[in-house]
Order: sequence, then C-alpha cells, then structure tokens
Amino acid sequence: MVNFFDEFKIYGPGFLEASWTVFGITILTIAVSWVCGLVAALAQRSDWKAVRMAAGFYIWFIRGTPTLIQVFLIYFGLPQIGIRLDPFTAGVIALGINSGAYVAEIVRGGLTAIQRGQTESALALGFSPAETMRTIILPQVFRIILPSITNEAISTLKNTSLLSTITVVELTLYAQTLIASTFRPFEFYIAVAVIYLLLTTILTFVASWLERRYANLG
Amino acid sequence: MSDPLLKLREIRKSFGDNEVLKGVSLEVAAGEVVSIIGASGSGKSTFLRSINALEVPQSGFMEFEGLSFDFRPESRLFPTPAQLQSLRARVGMVFQSYNLWPHMTVLENVTHAPIRLLKMPRAQAREEAEALLSRIGLYEKRHSYPARLSGGQQQRVAIARALAMKPRLMLFDEVTSALDPELVHEVLVLMASLAADGMTMLLVTHEIAFARDVSSRVLFFDKGVIAEEGSPEILRNPESERLQQFLHRILHDRVAHAVSKSSGEGAQA
Repeated sequence: MVNFFDEFKIYGPGFLEASWTVFGITILTIAVSWVCGLVAALAQRSDWKAVRMAAGFYIWFIRGTPTLIQVFLIYFGLPQIGIRLDPFTAGVIALGINSGAYVAEIVRGGLTAIQRGQTESALALGFSPAETMRTIILPQVFRIILPSITNEAISTLKNTSLLSTITVVELTLYAQTLIASTFRPFEFYIAVAVIYLLLTTILTFVASWLERRYANLG
Repeated sequence: MSDPLLKLREIRKSFGDNEVLKGVSLEVAAGEVVSIIGASGSGKSTFLRSINALEVPQSGFMEFEGLSFDFRPESRLFPTPAQLQSLRARVGMVFQSYNLWPHMTVLENVTHAPIRLLKMPRAQAREEAEALLSRIGLYEKRHSYPARLSGGQQQRVAIARALAMKPRLMLFDEVTSALDPELVHEVLVLMASLAADGMTMLLVTHEIAFARDVSSRVLFFDKGVIAEEGSPEILRNPESERLQQFLHRILHDRVAHAVSKSSGEGAQA
C-alpha cells in the first residue's frame, strides 16, 4: 500500500478498460433482455396456444437452469451446430436471454396490475390493440415495474463476472490475470468488488431518479 | 322519419350457456336520446357494449354510417379489425369507472386520440381540447393528472375525451353509478346540454328522473329482450307488469334509502 499511487498508475488503465467492458455488456444485455422479456410477456397472452406454450417453455427453461450452463451452451455448445460467436457477443446473448425470462415475469405482473378499463377506453376510441398496448398500457406498466426492473438490471451487471469463464476480459478475468503474476488475490478482488459496488450504486441512482420523475403523477 | 343513424337487428350474445341478449332490434335516428333501463343482468350494458363491438355479438346485423355488419362468424360481412376501429372512432363511449389514463394529463387524455387516429395537427388538437375543457368547466385543470381530480371531474373529462373524436353517436354506460351522490349532478347537467345540442345518445342509466326529462325514448330491458319501449311517458304509466315492478322497486329503494339516511342523521343530532 506504500506505493498506492504508483500501483494505480500501473493497473488503473487496465481496470478502467475492463470496467468499460462490463458497462458495455450490461447496457447491451439489458437491451436484449427487455426485448426478450417484452416479447415473452406478450406472447404469454397470445390467442394462439403454441405461442403461449413457447413463451412458457422459455421462462421455465431459463429459470430452471444455472446461468453459467446457459452461457456455456451459447459459447461452447452452439459452435457444434455451426454457430460460432465471439466471447463478447455470446456473453451478451446468453445473459440477455437469461435476464429476459425474469423480465418477462416482471412485465407479466405489471400487466395484470392494469385494469381492464384502461384497454377498453382506448379500444372504444378506435385504437388498435397494438397501439393501445404501446401508448396506453406499457407506459403504465413501465412505471409500476421500474423498481423490480432495476433489481434485475443490477443482477445482470453482477452476472457479467460469469463471462470471465468464456474469456471475456471483464473485471474478474482481468483481476485473475494480475493475480496470476502478482499472487495478491486479496487486493485485486477487493478492487473488483469496489468497482462493482460503484457501478451498481450508479445504476441505483439512475433508477431512483427515473422513479421520482414518474412518481408525481398524482 | 329519415334514414336511421343506427340500425340493429336480432342482436344475440351469450356468455357460455348464459344467453344475455336474445335477439334485440333497435333503430336510432340522428338526434335521438334513448335511455335504457332495467335490472342488473337484464342485458342492457351488454347491448350497449355490442353497439361499438366491445362485445362482439354471436349473430345479428348492424348498420351505421355506411358500415354494414353481419355478426355471424362465417359471414362475409363480419367486421374486419379495421372496420371495427372505424366504427369505434365514430361512436364515443363513456364508462362507469371513467377509465382516464393516469399517466397522461387531462389535456393529453383528450388530445391523444385525435392526434393519433384523426392525424390532427397537435396545435389544432390542443386548441379543440381546450375549447372542450372550457365548455365542461375544467380548463384550469388541463395540466393536472387524473388522480388529482374528483370523480365527477374525471367523468366530465372522460366525456370530453370521447367528444374530441367528434362522434356521431355517444354511448353512456351507467356513467353516474360510481359517483358520490353530490357529484352526480354536474355529470348529468353536461349530458343534458349535449342532448340539447342534438347529440345522438344512448344511455344505460339508473337515473329515472333524468331518463324521464331528457330522453326522447325509453327502452326497458328484461331478461335479454326489450320488454317495453316508448316515450318517457312509460316511466309514469308503465304498461307491462314487469316495468311496473321494476319502477316500484327502484322508487321503494330510494325512499327506504332516504328514510334510513334521515333517521340516521336524526339519531346523531
């Protein structure tokens, strides 16, 4: 700890770069998960049984299997059937599909909280079911689920550490390479933990800002 | 009578084994105010909701402003989704539970449909909405969210929201039933002024006095059919025994309610 500033100069840029990687993966993963979650939640209300069952299977499979196995399936499994993805892309897809199942359950809960009359009054004015969903129902659902969706985003952020196992140079893997040459696991894992704390705290602040912005509707 | 604005023939609707509408026919001329009364479960609300196809009937025919529908599922005239939207855009509906959109201000509630569906320029939609809100006395509340409004105010905004689409026909489904008694009046006054302006209206209501004073015609629903129909005079001199009983029961409930209320107040004093 004597030469803290020297050490910071040596390892700082690497940690910064790894943090950016984590940040990038998280943002992209959240985007994928919202798309998957929304599609799955709406599919569960489809008129077609096959569509409902597909969505049900997706949620059941994802929630019932370990995230790490899902990551391995995408990165190590898919090449066997000819789909080869770079680690970063495979990681985003795997974590996005994973988180999507949880987002789907959150959205489903939000949808049931909206009264039938909200849809009816829009339909009665001549809105299509799709427009009703997009402009009347989902904006209300979003406000309701914001706290749960924040929790899910924080889980996603922390899950990015799993991608160290498929050679994505994010914080955990970067720290491991340093530890391998310095034999100082304690300091470097602490550093990783602190950076994660910082990132999750920022995410929480953003979410509570959004919540406050949308909360004063009456 | 010139060509009716709305024609319904042999409308039938069941929920499972329960046949709610057993072949109801009705013609409404432009400018008419038709009140629909009847006990709960008589099919009157379902009938109203089938006019803008919020409930799609199992069979029956309908004509409205150039649209002709045959509700038998195999029919060539079964309404397409686009036709349903076109119908609903021209038929305004107001619900018992207001159903304003809580994430939009009063003004946004009123302008949302004209902007999106009539492709009206924003400035024009806003101007027209403000004129409507002035008319219903809620111009000052235009930037408030619905949760800040009383039930009566919310219901008046819901009426303005429907009027913003310039409907040819307005449907009112027990619009005062959820309101506190002291808030009923302001909504009825607004509806009466619409009727006076010549708006064609169909209303399901328990407000017998309002039906008597404002409507041009009264329908009494009983067990899925129109059991008696005529001028508001039938509310004074009902012909059928069923309507007599219904009116008696309503009147009796009112009196009993008033008596229990006044005796309650007496006990407190």
